[in-house]
Amino acid sequence: MAADTKIPAMGDPAERTIPRLQPGAMEQSKPYVAAPAHNEPLGFPGELVPDWQEKGIARMGELLGKYKSLRVFMDICVKCGACTDKCHYFLGTGDPKNMPVARQDLFRSVYRRYFTPAGKALGAMGMGKLVGAREFTKEVLDEWFNYFHQCSQCRRCSVFCPYGIDTAEVSMAARDIMDNIGQGHKYANEIIGKVHKIGNNLGLPGPALIDNLEGLEEDLKDETGLDIRMPVDEEGAEILLVTPSADFFAEPHVLGLMGYAKVFHAAGTSWTISTKATEAANFAMFIGSYDQMQKIAMRIREAALELGVKRIVFGECGHAWRVAYSFLNTLIGPMDFLDPRYPRPQHILEFTHDLIKRGGIRLDKSGNDGMVLTFHDSCNVARASRMGDSAGGQFVIPREVIKACVPKFVDMHPDTIGEKTFCCGGGGGLLTDELMDVRIKGSQPRMEALNDVVKREGVTHMAAICAICKAQFTKVLPTYGFDREMIVSVHQLVSNAIVLGNND
Amino acid sequence: MTTFFAILFYAAFAVLVVGVGLKVAQYARTPAPLKIPTTPAPLTPAGAAFRVGREVTLFESLWKANKPLWLFAMVFHLGLALVLVRHLRYFLEPVWAPPVWSLIVWLQPFGIYGGLAMLAGLAALLVRRVVVQRIAYISGPSDYLMLALLLAIGVSGMMMKMVAHTDIVAVKSFFLGLMVFDIRALPADPLLAVHLFLVALLMLVFPFSKLLHAPGVFFSPTRNQADDPRERRHLAPWAAQLERERN
Repeated sequence: MAADTKIPAMGDPAERTIPRLQPGAMEQSKPYVAAPAHNEPLGFPGELVPDWQEKGIARMGELLGKYKSLRVFMDICVKCGACTDKCHYFLGTGDPKNMPVARQDLFRSVYRRYFTPAGKALGAMGMGKLVGAREFTKEVLDEWFNYFHQCSQCRRCSVFCPYGIDTAEVSMAARDIMDNIGQGHKYANEIIGKVHKIGNNLGLPGPALIDNLEGLEEDLKDETGLDIRMPVDEEGAEILLVTPSADFFAEPHVLGLMGYAKVFHAAGTSWTISTKATEAANFAMFIGSYDQMQKIAMRIREAALELGVKRIVFGECGHAWRVAYSFLNTLIGPMDFLDPRYPRPQHILEFTHDLIKRGGIRLDKSGNDGMVLTFHDSCNVARASRMGDSAGGQFVIPREVIKACVPKFVDMHPDTIGEKTFCCGGGGGLLTDELMDVRIKGSQPRMEALNDVVKREGVTHMAAICAICKAQFTKVLPTYGFDREMIVSVHQLVSNAIVLGNND
Repeated sequence: MTTFFAILFYAAFAVLVVGVGLKVAQYARTPAPLKIPTTPAPLTPAGAAFRVGREVTLFESLWKANKPLWLFAMVFHLGLALVLVRHLRYFLEPVWAPPVWSLIVWLQPFGIYGGLAMLAGLAALLVRRVVVQRIAYISGPSDYLMLALLLAIGVSGMMMKMVAHTDIVAVKSFFLGLMVFDIRALPADPLLAVHLFLVALLMLVFPFSKLLHAPGVFFSPTRNQADDPRERRHLAPWAAQLERERN
């Protein structure tokens, strides 16, 4: 599929052209449907149930009663169109159903038909169209499956909506309903199953992990001459590090992990990884399942209690940090077994930033000589979480850490960073090969902004703090003519710059 | 005609109040199980309330999104607000709360500008809906009908001011009468009839249409929640129930 993808052109981000509508451009894009083996372990029906329509509508009713967001968002959209040019998938594809409001309307039309007086009355007479009401037919379900898997739940639309309507909430609800009638998303459900069974998205069992970490310790020894540890399951450690499993071996993720280890080493703080909680990411958020999300998060609570740690620190991962920062206290709290003097939980960047400010670690920029950095704000960190004590700390802290590590830092166009940042194109459960076409096209706005600073400022590398961003960019950078190694972990930069050993 | 409009307005008023009341109660009762403010967000509930206030009065997010649209929306809504204030004179006795009354009197001439602004804003919004390809795509019949309805209300109202005056003293008497369940004669003026009929229609469709954005915006969790999940544990009743069942 990727081979056929027409790579969108990259223009000037300051004068972004809004594509002309190309109806149906992406109607064929869809992920694999989950098999019974992926659905059943999560308690979902194996395949599409015969009475799916009835069950789906009933589930919609339940969700409307459980989620204020969905309940209110269904009613209050005025179709002003403020969101229509904000989604990276629309900007990259021109498909009108990738405009946030149009995507929501795939869901809202069914809501109108079965849950509003006007839709019920007119719908029964076959005039539902007058009030935007549609029957929940197989065609509509297929449309849901295709287009709710072209949303990365990045929340960019919600920044611009005058009522704060967040398409992510709608796409989560749609995916929840589809799961509950047996029309699941293979990639997400298979991964969630692995987490329940083995503990991480990659299905990496404990012994393999330990083996892998020993190898990394050797690498660190070769590089620094020091015994920098990667402790596993150490009871009584101060900190439990929960990091995306991609950090254990994927590049550039693993270079970030080695950076965390160096920081802990330099700070003299005891820490450990747990073989029980080897995954920071929580894909249950993508499918909108509170229940599954809580089950996955519970592994972290159990691991922390078993090991008797005083703090939980999360590694670089976008959606994981949303779940950790915004939801963890709700899902597995109260976390009163942790030291109240530190944020519960804490981000690795908060940890490192704090050390830099206190002079607890020394950094030498020459370790990153010749590099000109820019920073990609990961969508869920930017718009669904925070770092530090003040609003917007999630933008300041990573930049301050990067600037302390590199000779030159340049920001991309202001419309593409901070709260207006673009998703990498692979978030929300879309990081799967069969969706490569939409992933490549959806990364166009980010690639355009990157291209601009590469040309104007000589940027050589882009740092990110999310496992999905790193994996996605590694894949799509070459399709836009960039080097795949342009994407780096923030703690990879810290790793290159940190001064170990003779600290006096 | 008087009886017809008397019944119509009682019915429309009842539907508006009960319909919106039920919707507001539903919004208020539905729990928000997770903390989902769009960040950066205020760190305190007071800050979050201030954020909602800015959305309602300044259309802060819309300003970020689209400047022409912000302008059209602002012109329309401010115009509408002035028009509504001007119309208070039909529902209040001059003796009622003198400072308020003098403010209403003072605002009367601005109400006219408000009417013109409202029409200009609506016309711009309509043109935009037709001309911009993306907006035309997302517009359904009800979106056009709503604009047409508001335009017709505005035009019929302005015509009574600019072209063919109606007996506004009698109109006021009619509405003050309605408020004390005393049916008083309404002038038999076709323009007035059209105006009042359309206003009643607007009141009737309010609780069933996108006009619910007016009360709904206050309940939007991405705007009204404070960013304090690490400091305060947020737990919805159904989530607490789920937790009890697990343990």
